[in-house]
This record gives sequence, C-alpha cells and structure tokens, in this order.
Amino acid sequence: MPEPLLEVKDLRVHFPTDDGIVKAVDGLSFTMAAGETLGIVGESGSGKSVSFLTVMGLINKKSAIVEGQVLFQGQDLVQMSNDELREIRGPKIAMIFQDPMTSLHPFYKVGDQIAEMILAHEDISKKEAFVRSVEMLRRVNIPQPDERARQYPHEFSGGMRQRAMIAMALSLNPDLLIADEPTTALDVTVQAQILDLIDRLQSEFNTAVALITHDLGVVAEHCHHIQVMYAGKIVEEGTAEDIYYRPMMPYTWGLLRSLPRLGHDTDRLTPISGAPPSLIFLPDGCSFSPRCPYVFDECHAVEPELLPIDGHHAARCHLSLEDRERIVAQEILATS
Amino acid sequence: MSVAEATPMREKPRSGEPLLRLQGIVKHFPITRGIIFQKKVGAVHAVDGVDLDIYPGETVGLVGETGCGKSTLARVAMRLHDATDGTIWFDGRDITRMKGEDLRVIRRDIQMIFQDPYASLNPRKTVGTIVGAPLRLHKTVPKNQVKTEVQNLMELVGLNPEHYNRYPHEFSGGQRQRIGVARALALRPKMIVCDEPVSALDVSIQAQILNLLNDLQDEFNLTYLFIAHDLSVVKHISDRVAVMYLGKIAEAADGNELYTQPKHPYTGALLSAVPIADPNLSKRKKRIILEGDVPSPINPPSGCRFHPRCYQMRSLGDPDKQERCRTDEPQLVPHGPGHVAACHFPLDARIIEDLTETDTGSSG
Repeated sequence: MPEPLLEVKDLRVHFPTDDGIVKAVDGLSFTMAAGETLGIVGESGSGKSVSFLTVMGLINKKSAIVEGQVLFQGQDLVQMSNDELREIRGPKIAMIFQDPMTSLHPFYKVGDQIAEMILAHEDISKKEAFVRSVEMLRRVNIPQPDERARQYPHEFSGGMRQRAMIAMALSLNPDLLIADEPTTALDVTVQAQILDLIDRLQSEFNTAVALITHDLGVVAEHCHHIQVMYAGKIVEEGTAEDIYYRPMMPYTWGLLRSLPRLGHDTDRLTPISGAPPSLIFLPDGCSFSPRCPYVFDECHAVEPELLPIDGHHAARCHLSLEDRERIVAQEILATS
Repeated sequence: MSVAEATPMREKPRSGEPLLRLQGIVKHFPITRGIIFQKKVGAVHAVDGVDLDIYPGETVGLVGETGCGKSTLARVAMRLHDATDGTIWFDGRDITRMKGEDLRVIRRDIQMIFQDPYASLNPRKTVGTIVGAPLRLHKTVPKNQVKTEVQNLMELVGLNPEHYNRYPHEFSGGQRQRIGVARALALRPKMIVCDEPVSALDVSIQAQILNLLNDLQDEFNLTYLFIAHDLSVVKHISDRVAVMYLGKIAEAADGNELYTQPKHPYTGALLSAVPIADPNLSKRKKRIILEGDVPSPINPPSGCRFHPRCYQMRSLGDPDKQERCRTDEPQLVPHGPGHVAACHFPLDARIIEDLTETDTGSSG
C-alpha cells in the first residue's frame, strides 16, 4: 500500500473558554490517498471546518489545544513552526472557503491577488506571475481572462469569484485542495458549474480534494469516500455507495431523510429533531443519543466505538447490525 | 414506484378570486449620472412585465437564479418598492398606489420572512421585543397582553416561551429563522412572502423549517409566495411553481407537471442542476451545465432572453430557427391546464426523459 497523502491520527482540537472547554474536534482519525476525493458531511458545529483548518495550520495555537498528529507526506504538521507551515500552505495544501465575497481582498485586482500567491513562493518576476494568473483564470473558464485579471472582485459575480478563488488555490499545483463549503453561498446552477470544474481540474492536476459540505446531495456524485461528522467525531465513513445505499448510523439516516427530493412527493420531510449539542457539555454516551429516534439505555451510558462493518465502511452505533439493516430496508430507503 | 403513482401533492381547491393578483408588473431602477442635475442614463430592468395570480390557501413557488428579479417582484407585491408599471390587487383591492393608513392596514395581511436570519433580527433587541413589535405598532392586542401573545407565538413556532428575554445571538440559525416566522405570524396575516427562508440553513434544519411552514399553513389557512433558487425545495412546498429568468416568467405550472414535463430549456437546466443524493443515479443522469451567469438586466438580450445560454437553440442547427430565438421574443403560451411556457421550441419528451429520470430507483 502506498504511503497516504494525509494521515490524521487521533486529532483533538479543544478551545478553552470562560464557559468551559469547547471540544470542536475530539479524536479524529482518517487517511487520504493522493488524487482521492473525500467528502466530509455534517451540520454547522460538527467540527468539519475546524479539523481542516488545523490541517492547514490556521488554528491559532495560543487559543487552542491541539493534540494528535496530522501527517502530510510523512511530516507532522501539528509540530511545525509557522515558517515551516508557510512552505506547505500554498504549494502543497491550498484551501477555498465558503464565502467568495469575503475571501478576496476588495482593494486589489483579481489578477494581482493570484500573482501575489505565486510570487510569495516562486522566484519569478511580477510580469511572469501576472501572465500565469491570467492563464489560471483561463483554466477555470473565466471568459476574457486578460481583461478580467485587471478587474476588482466587486466586478465579478459570485460564481466567478469562487472560480477566481479556485484559480488562486490551484496556481501552485498543490497536492491537496481543501474546499470548505465551496458552493453553499451559490445558486444551484452555479453550484453545478463549480463542482464540475473542481472535478475536471482534479483529474487535470491530479490533486486530492477534501470537499466539506452539509448537503449529502452535493457529495454523492463527486466523492469516492465520505465521512459523516457529528460533534467533533466521525460517526460513519465509507464509500459513496455505502453511505447512500447502506447507511448504518441514525444520524446519516436523518441527513438523508431531510433532503427534499425532486422525484418524490412527500407532504412532510423527516428532519432530525432538536439541534446539535453544545460542544462544551457533550451528552454522556453517544453524542447523538438526545436526537436519535432509535435510542435505548446503552446509548446514554457508553460511547459507541467506530466499528468496521465491511471493507472501509464503519459506523458508531450500539444498535445491532441486523436491527440497523432492517431499519434501513424498511424505513430509510423506502422513504428517502 | 413511478412518479405518476406517487401520492399526489396537497391539492387545494382554488376558490373564487385570487388573494394576490399581479398584472403586468414592471420595475425598472433608474441609473443616473451627475450629482446636482441627475440625468437618467439607463435602467435596470429588474422585473419586466409579470402576471401572477395567487389564490387563498395555496403556495406559489418562485424560482430563478440570483439577479432574475424574484426578490424585487416580491418586494413590489408587498409595496416595499413602487411598481414602475402594472397593477397589484390584494384581496380584491387595487393597492398599487395606496398610501397612509389604508396601506398600513393592508400590511397587516401581508408579511415577510427573510433569507438571512442573522441580518434580519436586530441584535440589540430581545426576542420578546422583536416578535412583539408588530403587535405594538398595529395595536391588535391590548398592551398588557402583548407578552402572553408573544409567548403563544413562540410556542407555536417551536421556541421555548421562557426565552422571551434572550437576544438573537443566543439562538442557532434554525431557531433564529423561527423567530422570523413568529414575527411574520404575529398579526395573523393572510399571506406570507418567504424570501429564500431556508437557503442559509443546514439541510437538517431546513427540513424542520419547511415542515413548520407547512403546519402553520394548515392551521391558519395561510397563503405563501415562496422564493428560492433550489427547485427541489420549491417543488416540495409549492402547489404551483413559476420559473423566472431575467425579469420575466419563463414557465409556470403545477409542481409535479413542471418536474415531469418541463417545456422551457431553462427549467430543464434548473432541474438538472439539483444535486441528487444517489451516486448511481447522478452518474447516469445527463447534466446540463449552463454556461456563464445571468446576463445584465441593464441591456437584456434581444429576442428570447435565455438565448445566449440556451442549449436547445444551439441544438436546433437550423439558422432560421435560431434567428427567431435571437429576434422574436416568445410569449407565454399554454401547454396544458395551468401550464404556460415562453419558448419557441419547447423541450421534447426525449430530452425531458434524460433530465428527469427519477431517483425512485434507489428505493426499489
């Protein structure tokens, strides 16, 4: 087996606050292979963004307690100094954010912002860097890239700004692209364009992509592997087929049943009741137990382990496998 | 299970007169030059001639991309913007130029829920003050009963009435949207305009809010104008759906009909853009990726407004037909009961099949 591109081992990111310790990420382990697309799904506050901000080294170590290992190509990013991290961020790992309106600087021309990224890491002239930024804009399908590179972000539409962000992220040909809710702020039509673009660029650049989202619909088509996060932990992971056709964790069921679907006529959706728990006072036992419709005594007492089901597919749940298979067949797939 | 066999959507009798009737609504925002002597140099054609009837107790969905004029249309209907042209009838009265006390009374009957629950609530006011504000302004309940009434409303939308004195930042996004719903409901309106009420929410919370809106509609016989850019959400909640493109209605039909028999290529593209939570199906399905963005509403394209992005027109291959799309603006023509579409060369069954292959396959 080749060495994984990214290996996260028992990562914990805790933020001490006046009210108590916020356990944003609490024992996260996973691996990503080169060129793979990993989907990370979960609600707001499930720790999906924080875990990848930690991978990027963007968590301020003064205000957070980071434990565990983040091995990227064999090097532990958690132990690195800021100067060392700067060599990784950009050329090796790049990130695009949810809100393309706020992640570009409004004072600088788009082309200059992309060129700045290249100049920071490569010893080339400003002119060459600008030419490369125009070329990157062309590769993300921005029409008239020569003119567009000389425009300011406010002259771009939302979808074009997100394309510019992608152009910037890929300008140094990183090995890993982290896309944190890249389409949540966009129209469905533009979302389809952007996801299509990420797909195409991924095969062109052979970049591994971590796609973070709260919408199980988005990751279905684009991800090889999916992990579902809840309250700072992975509660289920597997291939796309596992997650959609054989989900084995009540939280995943809830996510699937929340989606309104075009081909179905249902009067009512089946949402997950309640809200995600406070990350300071996590419930005893299974953290999903207060919202779980299938809860029983053991769930409140013992925290379930992430146990393998078959192959790469694993889930955290005390229900017996037979029970879960029955529920999936009778209730989940029949109604979702 | 095929679509036809699926349970029909809530059929509501369309009784009598429409509650809200929009006739030929036009809204142009002038673009001016100069500071003292302002000269009009152009106009943003935000809404360009829209007719829409909404009957009591039904939900009409309005879908379209950012910049298609759907929010402007809603704001015109609520008299938050004055229409450049056209007539707004509400409950049998012409409210287009209504002013003062008359308008204030009408406002009781037509309320709004906004997209962003973070921006639409004053962070310095408590929930009690926010939800109670319409009651105090319109004096529909005596002063000493405002608190009880607000707490009833909070309970109705699934908030804890004991949180009366809390501030918006103490609530999650979904709970904040519930506060917005409670405020809209305070005056027991006949109609609520929902402007992208779930677009900013997580899917699990989105489902809770959609169910809440459904329940409230049944309980108070509310009429909704529901705006969103996601066709799956709109279709779920609406009885009828109107698709808007660049200030005009491109197609309108019953929700199911629109999904199974789309006629306008733009509707087809919107349908195909909806992500499907089913990996095998989404691999099989042909996806139409529209190129570019909505054109500028300052100079809308000639002829059919959709023609610069239209895949159907490009596939025609006949220059004469294509010329027609470029020069001759299509009008809304009927395609069956309650179904209208503005396209010279509507989608045929073969294309529709590729687009709408149902995701019922996974359940079988």
